[in-house]
Amino acid sequence: MKAFLMYRDQDFDVQRKLPWHEQALTQDLELTTLIDAMARGDKFVWDVACKAVVLSLDDVDTILYRQDILKDCVKNAAIVRDLYAIAVEAIESERKVWSFLRDFPHGILQRSVEVLELFVERLKKLKAIADEHAQEFASAGFTALFAMLTAELEEEYFARVKNHLRELRFRGGALISAELGKGNKGTDYRLRKRPEKKQTWLERIFARKPPAYTYYIPDRDESGPRYLAELQDRGINLVANALAQSTAHILSFFTMLRTELAFYVGCVNLHEQLAQLGEPTCFPAPVAPGERRHSYRGLYDVCLALSMKQKVVGNDEDADRRDLVMITGANQGGKSTFLRGIGLAQLMMQCGMFAPAEAFCANICEGVFTHYKREEDTTMQSGKFDEELSRMSAIVEHIKPNAMLLFNESFAATNEREGSEIGRQIVSALLEKRIKVFYVTHLYELAHGFYDKKMENAVFLRAERQADGGRTFKLIEGEPLQTSYGEDLYKAIFGTDS
Amino acid sequence: MVFHSILFDRPEDAIAVETLQAPVFSVDLNLDQIIDAITAGREEYNLKPFFYSSLNDIEAIRYRHEVFRDLENAILFDQIKSFAHRTRAMREHLAQAEKLYYKYQKERWFVEAVEIYCDAVNCLMQDLSRADLKSRGFGRFRNHVATYAQSESFSSLLAETKQLLADLSTVHYSLLIKGGAVTVRKYDSESDYSVDVEQTFEKFKQGAVKDYRVKFSASPDMNHVEAAILELLAKLYPDIFLHLDEYCARHASYLSETIARFDREIQFYVAYLESLSLFKRAGLQFCYPEVSNTSKNVYNYEGFDLALADKLIREKSSVVCNDFFLKDKERIFVVTGPNQGGKTTFARAFGQLHFLASLGCPVPGKEAQLFLFDRLFTHFEKEEDIRNLRGKLEDDLVRIHDILTQATPKSIIIMNESFTATTLSDAIFLSTRTLDRIIQLDLLCVCVTFIDELASLGEKTVSVVAGVVPDNPAVRTYKIVRRPADGVAYARSLAEKYRLTYACLKERIQA
Repeated sequence: MKAFLMYRDQDFDVQRKLPWHEQALTQDLELTTLIDAMARGDKFVWDVACKAVVLSLDDVDTILYRQDILKDCVKNAAIVRDLYAIAVEAIESERKVWSFLRDFPHGILQRSVEVLELFVERLKKLKAIADEHAQEFASAGFTALFAMLTAELEEEYFARVKNHLRELRFRGGALISAELGKGNKGTDYRLRKRPEKKQTWLERIFARKPPAYTYYIPDRDESGPRYLAELQDRGINLVANALAQSTAHILSFFTMLRTELAFYVGCVNLHEQLAQLGEPTCFPAPVAPGERRHSYRGLYDVCLALSMKQKVVGNDEDADRRDLVMITGANQGGKSTFLRGIGLAQLMMQCGMFAPAEAFCANICEGVFTHYKREEDTTMQSGKFDEELSRMSAIVEHIKPNAMLLFNESFAATNEREGSEIGRQIVSALLEKRIKVFYVTHLYELAHGFYDKKMENAVFLRAERQADGGRTFKLIEGEPLQTSYGEDLYKAIFGTDS
Repeated sequence: MVFHSILFDRPEDAIAVETLQAPVFSVDLNLDQIIDAITAGREEYNLKPFFYSSLNDIEAIRYRHEVFRDLENAILFDQIKSFAHRTRAMREHLAQAEKLYYKYQKERWFVEAVEIYCDAVNCLMQDLSRADLKSRGFGRFRNHVATYAQSESFSSLLAETKQLLADLSTVHYSLLIKGGAVTVRKYDSESDYSVDVEQTFEKFKQGAVKDYRVKFSASPDMNHVEAAILELLAKLYPDIFLHLDEYCARHASYLSETIARFDREIQFYVAYLESLSLFKRAGLQFCYPEVSNTSKNVYNYEGFDLALADKLIREKSSVVCNDFFLKDKERIFVVTGPNQGGKTTFARAFGQLHFLASLGCPVPGKEAQLFLFDRLFTHFEKEEDIRNLRGKLEDDLVRIHDILTQATPKSIIIMNESFTATTLSDAIFLSTRTLDRIIQLDLLCVCVTFIDELASLGEKTVSVVAGVVPDNPAVRTYKIVRRPADGVAYARSLAEKYRLTYACLKERIQA
């Protein structure tokens, strides 16, 4: 039995290694804010959401598969939370069953029987929900899950399990077969099914009894009972293993169900919070990695909205068929926010979530990378520019075509000419390798150099500045300008008179 | 000819009293290390007495060479090893039977020991019948084994053993454990419960999970409950267990004495050949030496010190081989040259080669002719021993005196840095006297010394020198070459290298 809510035909692997640049991504895009909102205090949801967001999908089909399931979840939030709670309950109850005899088959067996009894209760609950609510769900994922629960967990099956659990308490003694092995010691001990007594009393009297001899442990024999128990342990070793493995399998079914539901519970949590802020969300239209699409309406930085707890300014743009988006303009004009919004929207789309926009369409990127200006290296191991280049070199080790790279004020730790020249060489190479580049920069030479080339696959955005020096936090298309209005800022802080 | 021993051609060659006392020279020549390494892991065979006892007959040496050559056939060698493997298992079974307490258990271990023995003999018989054997030793032994394996007593032992074990394997029973009692009866094909459980929960399978099976002690011991069950089984299967009792009483002394002796003695060869494989893998060679007890012409090409080579190979360093020869009237190597240059190693190798040859073993080198000595003496520097109340020089002299009184023209003497505990003129005097005696005795000798004068005492002495790289005298070649002793030239070049010449010292020492 499999939940298959994250993929059509495979489990969501929480053990999968996170990409090497996960830390940079989390830091640069402030993913923690996003994940916190999804988790709403549930540590487990936090972990799963974090993995799902960072481990991007790169095929359209699976993204749409998750989108459909998420639509069901948004519609039936209460039922989905119930299912999640049942899985949690099953897992927690298993944890509470203790056994002090885990090194002995009878201890293992006894514990397994107890755990299975608890699991059976939860499986019955799942089955009840499936029976009652299946028709309210439309997605392929939930339809398959409910159909499986209905088919596999019939009344007759529960009866069979119950029967086993009773038998394995050995009220009538344990029947064990063996042979003589090396040195005439018993070997190949196996628990046997006791024949069912369907004979009449008359048959029983006349049945020819096979010869049998019995050894009674003497009353004062202190070690005898222990040895006898060990023999029984040898006999039930295999069955104890089979039962313990079965509980482990059922536990992992519940764990997987919980894990995969946790992602959707997180998405629903986030959805509710954004709705409260009055922020729009939409299910994005993912396009194959080879194409170049990037168009949106009302795209906002979801993390900014969450941390400001209010609606924030959105941007519109049609950057289809573009490989390079160069962003220049006013300080505190919303450039960094915009860049983060781009990255977050991409990651949200690629984990199957909704996007923070009124409409969003983009090609899938095979890896989202960030190269942001960093604080001074406190370890004194290398200079700032050194450090930037070494990080860039690490990215180059991992990046491949159809990836997306977000630069924020990169290579500005040296003079403008050198920084621009290095930036130019790096960006040109990336573009030739079909890597989508978003570059926020103050480096006029760099930005204008690309502008002068009049490339068809580049677009230039500027943080808007109104005539009075006020900012709209909107980005508009336009030629890169020489100054970034630092003067404005200076004035804002020091006052106009100074 | 009747088979007597794989180690000794004639019964009278055999060692009268097996000694565990290593020859006195073995420490000086590092033979103790070599023999320890060869016999390690084979303590049960007690092989050391064989490695401590030189043969004193050329024919006895040839007898062993033949067996060694047969065993160089890898197929035969493996067959002999698997025979040894089986007999070792047999002994372990017997020891186990000895240790155990309950009768039916002891008896079963005994039967299993006999089964292994029968298999060992049969396999050996078949292997030998197909082998291409050239040696007298193996030839005689093959006939012996064939006769033994086809004898009436052996074949009936084999048949009865197999039958008894087959009968025991039919004992298949079931236990009903309930409360403080266990009921034993014959198994009645009740179905396996774990299969049933697995099927029930099949649908939840999610890939690999932990194995919850508990490992039980595999100790061969039985507790009294198991023993009680075994007693009840004897009641359920009375014929089989009666036969078991009776079998053990009848076959107590099943083991053939000749087979047992072969099993031990063949290990002398196996142990030696196995220890050579390390060296052979490193590209070193071994050969069967010509051994003579009359001609004192000796030579060895590409020989080496076994103990040192062992150490170097384990450290992944390379081993330097050396050649030597003495012909016509030459009897004595006088070895001079720098410290750590391989002088002592050369002397040891000379002694090792002769000793190993006297055991009838292949020796290091591509080709060798060696002398079968009556006695081998070593005179190496000793730590001062407070108990003998003598000074070091005195002790040196007492020991050399003992050696010279016992030595005959057929002996070999190896001297290493004798008489260092005195002045140079004393040392020259004492050494010259000693060598004069040795020259008179006309025996074979290696003399490692720092005294160049000894190198040219007469026609019987040969001067050999431990070599250095000409351009860089601090680097040793470890090659020992025939050359006049030239200690002074060597010292001058070393002085230059360390800027200790006259000119250098004048510059370096400031006023």
